Amino acid sequence: MSASHAEGKNYLNCEKGLWSWLTTLDHKRIGIMYMITVMVFFAVGGTFAMLIRGELYSAGRNIVGPETYNQFMTFHGAIMVFMVIIPGIPAFLGNFFLPMHLGAKDVAFPRVNLLSWYCLIVGAAISLVSLIYNGVDTGWTFYTPYSIETNNGTTWMVAGAFVMGFSSILTGLNFIVTTHKLRAPGMTFFNMPLFVWALYSTAVLQVLATPVLGITLMLLIAERVLGVGIFDPTLGGDPVLFQHFFWFYSHPAVYIMILPAMGIVSEIITAFSRKVIFGYKAIAFSSVGIAVVSFFVWGHHMFTSGQSEAAGILFSFITMLVGVPTAIKVFNWVATLYKGSVRFDSPMLFALGFLFLFTIGGVTGIMLATAGLDIHFHDTYFVVAHFHYVMVGGTLMAIMGGFYYWLPKMFGRMYNEFWARITFVLIFVGFNVTFFPQFILGAMGMPRRYYDYLPEFQSLNRISSFGAWTIGTGFLIALFVIIHSIRRGEKATSNPWGAKTLEWTTSSPPPHENFLETPVVTGGPYEFR
Amino acid sequence: MSSGNEIIVGGHKVAHHFDSAEQEFEASKLGIWLFLCTEILMFGGLFVGYVIFHNIYPEMFAEGAKHLDWRLGSLNTVVLLLSSFTMVLSIYYAQTNQQKKTSNMLLITFLCGLVFMVIKAFEYYHKFHLGLYPGSYFSYEHAEHANLAMYFSFYFLMTGLHGTHVLVGMFLIAWLWIRSRRKEFNKDYYTPLEVVGLFWHLVDIIWIYLFPLLYLVG
Repeated sequence: MSASHAEGKNYLNCEKGLWSWLTTLDHKRIGIMYMITVMVFFAVGGTFAMLIRGELYSAGRNIVGPETYNQFMTFHGAIMVFMVIIPGIPAFLGNFFLPMHLGAKDVAFPRVNLLSWYCLIVGAAISLVSLIYNGVDTGWTFYTPYSIETNNGTTWMVAGAFVMGFSSILTGLNFIVTTHKLRAPGMTFFNMPLFVWALYSTAVLQVLATPVLGITLMLLIAERVLGVGIFDPTLGGDPVLFQHFFWFYSHPAVYIMILPAMGIVSEIITAFSRKVIFGYKAIAFSSVGIAVVSFFVWGHHMFTSGQSEAAGILFSFITMLVGVPTAIKVFNWVATLYKGSVRFDSPMLFALGFLFLFTIGGVTGIMLATAGLDIHFHDTYFVVAHFHYVMVGGTLMAIMGGFYYWLPKMFGRMYNEFWARITFVLIFVGFNVTFFPQFILGAMGMPRRYYDYLPEFQSLNRISSFGAWTIGTGFLIALFVIIHSIRRGEKATSNPWGAKTLEWTTSSPPPHENFLETPVVTGGPYEFR
Repeated sequence: MSSGNEIIVGGHKVAHHFDSAEQEFEASKLGIWLFLCTEILMFGGLFVGYVIFHNIYPEMFAEGAKHLDWRLGSLNTVVLLLSSFTMVLSIYYAQTNQQKKTSNMLLITFLCGLVFMVIKAFEYYHKFHLGLYPGSYFSYEHAEHANLAMYFSFYFLMTGLHGTHVLVGMFLIAWLWIRSRRKEFNKDYYTPLEVVGLFWHLVDIIWIYLFPLLYLVG
């Protein structure tokens, strides 16, 4: 065999130099490049979040004026959505572990995989051009007609999001083909880990929904450059059509963000309960179920946009249906914990944090799905709190859990357990301090996206700001924990958690082609007996 | 990296992460079909927009269609259908190891694409000459319907996006032509022909829908 299989050789040291990284076709190295990219974007988006909370610390002007605030809010949203949470799990952890979970040597199209990373980088660079034009102040949703009238930065930001969409499409396409065609001998669909099921469902959404965002953003650019009039009421167009198009993508996109997180949680909970997962098929099919239903719920973003009452009732009902497969997952995870030999290492703490916060996010989602209640909550901080409970309390908690869980495999080093637990406490407590008051503020009627508020909202806003800075501190410490672990952590064994999925059967870090010999699978992924 | 166990089929080296040439071929085909799905959804957005506004302003679309020459549209339809046929033939000749004919058929396919684009360019030029620009650049003075500009927005967006796909297809076919001149395709290896061929057929089918919607409507 080749040199890469010699003693001490792994994917990290089999080739050297920056160029070997920028041209690599190894899914693991591409995963690591995504990791670094996403961490950088997260730092930028997070900084904007800190500044937003700084401005909202007191009523009136604190650090910036209203125009700058609108840009902070737009950059925070756009960066976190398009550059952090969407690529966060699939393109980083998914890229690294989907082929390993299947017992494959790589994804089906390694060149396309590399291309998807370049799409993200080029798209991000294009959206940065918007800074020359004094930024973007539309919010990440680019609603017409305001997005047609405002400054030219919007065109660049939208063009950047268009290019980044291809990154997402290509990743999804690769995952679907890999799952269908590159499974190791004996790896039937029902022997696949649940992380793969979650990524597969996500990939279907990425492939089917993202092109609609592509054409929508293209139309918006055409609207700004040519004045085509399709979304412009003065030319006979319809601005609400933009909302329909936009949410036809962006609602499934919310599940692009949360489904892979559910996959990670399934892996962690079963590994740290040392027990076969409860209801494997129920969890697997509920991922697919969520993916399917997610295409038919976009109208719940438009309960107040003048869509017909019948449509509102229908969308309200279908939206509540999402609660069913989601609840199935939560109950199965809890049932897995029951009578398990539970270990509370940091990955497990984050998974349990996910369970707690995501459930709050989900239940408030049902409240918002109720069309009548939504009239009151629409565009208030209640909505802001709801989706942060899902996106941060759900997805980011899962990313952190997955990061700690797989760090020993990715870099062959252990992290410092004590400090990792400190980060959990800071992030978990800080998160609730930040966003729980926002539920109350929203119910009291504080509108979202405004740079100022009435004096009676000040005390709750202050609590929220302190919470945000606590989260920020938590993530900063997490960064040091991760860097310290990669550079000086203790050497990790090939299976420090005693987990059963395939990636733990190979060395840490894995060799270039993942396994020295193609694994032969004889049973399910979680055989703790 | 595993230089020890390379698989070579029909002169083509199977990528290291596949176990067999067949597995690689199947993966490529599934990949391109998924990609075609994304294309359909992307054009789907435009078609949905078309349907909605056609519902609101049917007379506007009828008036707009009068400005298009159905004979040029029909000619282009025939040209594209012919090109799809020659594309299929090129795959057939590769499968039967007739490499000279494969490259000739690819050349004809490419030329059909070129003819299509030239005719399209003449049509565009004629519209610009009359002031039938999209959206806010519209300067035609004899429009009966107030929003006729929007018809031409749809016309230029839909045919423009389609034309871009024709150009990409022509570029890919030219690349295949060079490779086929090097005799790289044969009965054991013709994956790129198959994949580009499927893309070319989709471009063709989209035109089959665009033609009646834009030229024959009303």
